[in-house]
Amino acid sequence: MSDVTVEQVADAMYELVKATHGKKNLKAMDLTKAMIEKFGDAVDKKMCKLAIRQLIDGGRCIYSYFGGSYITLPSKEGEQG
Amino acid sequence: MEKKELKTPLLDELEKGPWPSFVREIKKSAEKNPMARDTLGQLERSYEDRISHWKHGGLVGVMGYGGGVIGRYSDLPEEFPEVAAFHTYRVNQPSGWFYTSEALRTICDIWEKHGSGLTNMHGSTGDIILLGSKTEALEPCFADLTEAGWDLGGSGSDVRTPSCCVGPARCEWACYDTLEACYDITQSYQDELHRPMFPYKYKFKFAGCPNDCVAAIARSDMSIIGTWKDAIQIDQEKVREYASDGVDIEAEVVDLCPTGCIAWDGQKITIDNSECVKCMHCINVMPKALAPGKERGATILIGAKAPIVGGALLSSVFVPFIEMKPPFEEIKELAEAIWDVWGEYGKNRERVGEFIQRVGLGNFLEEIGLEPVPEMIAHPRTNPYIFFDEELEEDEDEE
Repeated sequence: MSDVTVEQVADAMYELVKATHGKKNLKAMDLTKAMIEKFGDAVDKKMCKLAIRQLIDGGRCIYSYFGGSYITLPSKEGEQG
Repeated sequence: MEKKELKTPLLDELEKGPWPSFVREIKKSAEKNPMARDTLGQLERSYEDRISHWKHGGLVGVMGYGGGVIGRYSDLPEEFPEVAAFHTYRVNQPSGWFYTSEALRTICDIWEKHGSGLTNMHGSTGDIILLGSKTEALEPCFADLTEAGWDLGGSGSDVRTPSCCVGPARCEWACYDTLEACYDITQSYQDELHRPMFPYKYKFKFAGCPNDCVAAIARSDMSIIGTWKDAIQIDQEKVREYASDGVDIEAEVVDLCPTGCIAWDGQKITIDNSECVKCMHCINVMPKALAPGKERGATILIGAKAPIVGGALLSSVFVPFIEMKPPFEEIKELAEAIWDVWGEYGKNRERVGEFIQRVGLGNFLEEIGLEPVPEMIAHPRTNPYIFFDEELEEDEDEE
């Protein structure tokens, strides 16, 4: 594995969530697959899990439920996707 | 300001009769809690209009958790402002639902302080359900629950709160310690429980014997059901006592054995244990005379679900027998292998059982690294999804 950090993965995930906000809801696995595609062997599922944890615990993203659980930007309460 | 009298003629119908009434209980709460009062008002409207006035989902929760709070809003907020936001908490129940009265009082006190005071004991997954929180009360209520030693359960696309039967705490038929297994799995998968990462929900249920008092085989993606390998224990003296007390052993036990493996000669019963399918019927009829064997463990079954999106599925045998000893590594290895494959290829809102049906059992077993065994097949040589290498070779030779 190369020297991609959890922070870098979290940043890349955040950019992806931001870019798709209002257009497509992303699940944790969608973000994981996108990161593995972007960084190749430098990341794995475990690292992506840590990156998601960092995004959520840091408040940059939140979990939401629209018929399934998604990771989205913090938004207006009651918004339905 | 004096409150307008609330008329609920349709709901009042549900108070008639000698049985308990949820309407009666909500009315009691409504005397002291305005949220409960507006709940009644909105419910009456729903009965009049014949539609639900609740909207479900959205962006509510507590910091760091993706499950445990279910967003709910009224679509008549001007008419029923006290239930404009009416979110639900799922609180992780203790294993086997054993409480002290002090613990229950604590929960109720917290809930009366922060919410509607209405509860549902328990949800179908097993959680304590607290119904009706305003958005601004979510974090303070969660803080009080945490302070009192409670945690939230699962909701959404995560591991749902594992549940188990009372097990050896109150049942002599328990073939393993369901309480210990349930607690261990709950603690081991806190991340998966609180941070949704799957295509859809994943339920663990632990039943101590094939009576399956937690309905694991009907509801859970991973059912761990107690069983035994050796012979059913028989006390012939007690069997004769049942017979002399009026139990028709031939009609009520022998004739109802699904595999016909029991015989009764009027003095003693004999069981061909190699044909026994552990249905528990004979043991249930004569609990003082018969008991599960001594070599005890569990069968792991995969893929049940209740009918929500598609039809209902019962779970199917994946591991016929394992010993149930902490730290339950075999269960964890199997669960994680399943999550890996289903997590990557499962569709949104597709349960594991549906996923297996879509990709085929043979392919699924290959992906999770589990060898097919005869116990996975209901009727030998009729399952088109599993091919044994020897059979394929034989077919090729014949051609």
